[in-house]
Amino acid sequence: MRHPRVIVVGGGLAGLMATIRVAESGVPVELFSIVPVKRSHSVCAQGGINAAKNLKGEGDTTDKHFDDTIYGGDFLANQPLVKGMCEAAPAIIDLLDRMGVMFNRTPEGLLDFRRFGGTLFHRTAFAGATTGQQLLYALDEQVRRYESEGKVKKFEGWTFLSAVLDDSNICRGICAMDLRSMEVRTFPCDSAIFCTGGNGTIFGQSTNSVVCTGSAQSALFQQGVHYANGEFIQVHPTAIPGEDKCRLMSESARGEGGRVWVPKTPGDKRDARSIPENERFYFLEEWYPKYGNLVPRDVATRAIYRAVYELKLGLEGQPAVYLDVTHIPREVLDRKLEGILEIYEKFMGVDPREHPMRVFPAMHYTMGGLWIDNQHQATNIPGIYAAGECDYQYHGANRLGANSLVSCIYGGMLAGPAAVHYSRGLEVGCENTSSHVFDRERTRQQDQNDALLNRQGTENPLTIWKELGAIMTEHVTVIRVNKALEAVLPKLDALAKRCEHVNLSDRTQWANQTLQFTRELANMIVLAKVITLGALARNESRGAHYKPEFPERDDANWLKTTVASYNGGNITLDYEAVDTSLIPLRARRYDMAG
Amino acid sequence: MASTFIVKIRRQAHPQEKAHWEEFEIRDRQGLNIITVLRDIAENPVTRSGEGTTPVAYEANCLEEICGACAMLINGYPRQACSALVSNLEKPIRLEPLQKFPVVRDLAVDRSSMFESLKRTKCWISIDGTYPLGEGPRMAPELQEKGYPLSRCITCGNCLEICPRVNEHSHFVGAAIISQVRLFNLHPTGAMHAGERLEALMGEGGIADCDNAQNCVKVCPKGIPLTESLAAVNGQVLKHALRSWLQG
Repeated sequence: MRHPRVIVVGGGLAGLMATIRVAESGVPVELFSIVPVKRSHSVCAQGGINAAKNLKGEGDTTDKHFDDTIYGGDFLANQPLVKGMCEAAPAIIDLLDRMGVMFNRTPEGLLDFRRFGGTLFHRTAFAGATTGQQLLYALDEQVRRYESEGKVKKFEGWTFLSAVLDDSNICRGICAMDLRSMEVRTFPCDSAIFCTGGNGTIFGQSTNSVVCTGSAQSALFQQGVHYANGEFIQVHPTAIPGEDKCRLMSESARGEGGRVWVPKTPGDKRDARSIPENERFYFLEEWYPKYGNLVPRDVATRAIYRAVYELKLGLEGQPAVYLDVTHIPREVLDRKLEGILEIYEKFMGVDPREHPMRVFPAMHYTMGGLWIDNQHQATNIPGIYAAGECDYQYHGANRLGANSLVSCIYGGMLAGPAAVHYSRGLEVGCENTSSHVFDRERTRQQDQNDALLNRQGTENPLTIWKELGAIMTEHVTVIRVNKALEAVLPKLDALAKRCEHVNLSDRTQWANQTLQFTRELANMIVLAKVITLGALARNESRGAHYKPEFPERDDANWLKTTVASYNGGNITLDYEAVDTSLIPLRARRYDMAG
Repeated sequence: MASTFIVKIRRQAHPQEKAHWEEFEIRDRQGLNIITVLRDIAENPVTRSGEGTTPVAYEANCLEEICGACAMLINGYPRQACSALVSNLEKPIRLEPLQKFPVVRDLAVDRSSMFESLKRTKCWISIDGTYPLGEGPRMAPELQEKGYPLSRCITCGNCLEICPRVNEHSHFVGAAIISQVRLFNLHPTGAMHAGERLEALMGEGGIADCDNAQNCVKVCPKGIPLTESLAAVNGQVLKHALRSWLQG
């Protein structure tokens, strides 16, 4: 019997879970990550993880979780996988609990649950306001244990460049670069699982980490892996704007009672605390009486835009609204929200326990992603799997808060065994692939590096990236207008052209971060185009995708998944049906009572 | 004219090369942190004296002080670059790599030794498998409130950087790792294997190497009660050693 080889790229929640599952099945894993896996972006998730454990006696069920998720996603998600995720969620929480996650507890010693957006149940387990960190660490520790047993080999400080595809277009390995020696090397494998996160960095300042460029997804896309629902990205309603990044203020602030408001008088310059209750406009509570501050994110974001841009009620005329937790007892805040309040305090120099926070929407999550099938997390190229934020399943047109952690872990749980099963079933494995196939890919990638290092241009990659972010944030986020989207496309082409005239300022072969970034930048621009093309084509409004010209959801024409493919530099869009076999379509109206 | 400030950065192109200082003039503006300063330099890599140079190499990821990547010496003090706001810093600003870890390039250092220490001290819960085995152990809220702050350690290395016992002549694992041992030893399942972790801290570089300087707790960006952890684990190690000796 042959010994299969599996590679996992990305060491966030999905990648670590996939790694654990592969190692557990007795197959050795090579795990690649740009950063030490413990520093992956999952660490930033704050509020919690959803599972209908019904520990509050509210009659919550996994079916209700499933329904909330499909409804919240405006019926764009394929339903069977989402159902599987919601049904698996309670056991996932139990598993994490067994791994030692310090979830908050009730007096009886049981897991505590809080409310989150898009549901009326207390369904979110949490560890303070740093739940992602706690979950990531738990999985990191399990992987370290397997590493010490020789079952996992980590390649931290390596970046993925491309897949190694043989002449039949089957994945036989990956090509990666050591970020210290800049060595480009190929690694044979029978299957590779990609867990490379979201692509917020394409939008310049987002809530995402530096590594969330979507570069790996884009590289795979350019090699023939399909990319689905690219136009669906989530803009989180409450973040602190910043020049380097926008820092998230978790939905859990509202889950614990936080309220969003603006002064009723435009341009009111008074200190927030001195503005009397009757002169405050709690617009989410007024417009959405049933869900109040806990409407889904796309709804809350558009409401903030309406308050700021249409009603001109932004704080002192600026694009900002208050997120207010000052009425909640200090002791509760410190026990349940300390992690995020600390971020606000450190970065803004103001104590949010005393002063309402000033927040504004920011790019946050990538609902779209690598196309995978409806069962095995498998992409259209044999041997390539995807899980976590980089795949497109689970969230439809809008992700519900606290569903990301559970989808990442569930995806990793499916992808691991699926990749093992596929690899074991191969009659001819990567060990029989001609060395020519590996040499060819390695040379192709090395040539790209050499070309970049020898380029004598005048363009700075960071400047191009800033322009990319500004264009994408202005035209391809909350409000999308066809004319503006059309104008974005030639601008992206122009940026891509300028990338060909980059001056690296650093031509050394040691820890050359500029070289790495420039390669990522080129990939970001390709993905930006996928996002923009998808948005331009979709003439309707659904979930996070909103076009004033087409304000309604249009099931007759647009209840379908966008599938982008890449052929010799051209991006084409095709569409496939959404599996809505389990929950019948209904209008999505969070403003209606009852 | 817009106001500017000076940043001095200790540069080192390669571990085998000599370090040198470079000065940069940065345009001051609202809300700057050290990350934005380093990005400004990357966008225009020219020193104060007008010489072209390379962008500064540094580690960074989350930019909200939760990933632990961007620790460096800022005005001689170990801290995270993302949460170091320029407006609060004395000028000129001095940036140097952490000194207790091997330099990779410029401000980027190699902290893999910390992850190796976590491995050696078995800082994990030994679960039987990921298959469904029911709920985890019940836990009193008091225990969770004790464990959670410890579990917020971001492995930044600040506490090792400031510790006089971490130097070329000693292999002291440092407060962060010992605090993690305390975390896993207080968990109901983790406690079943407390002995293995304590034994890992009994030899060279273990808890006995701590000389109680108490600097670690002052530089922890997450406010982890590191000195409490050191005391608690020291007690556990002594008890464990005594028990082993009695059981001969």
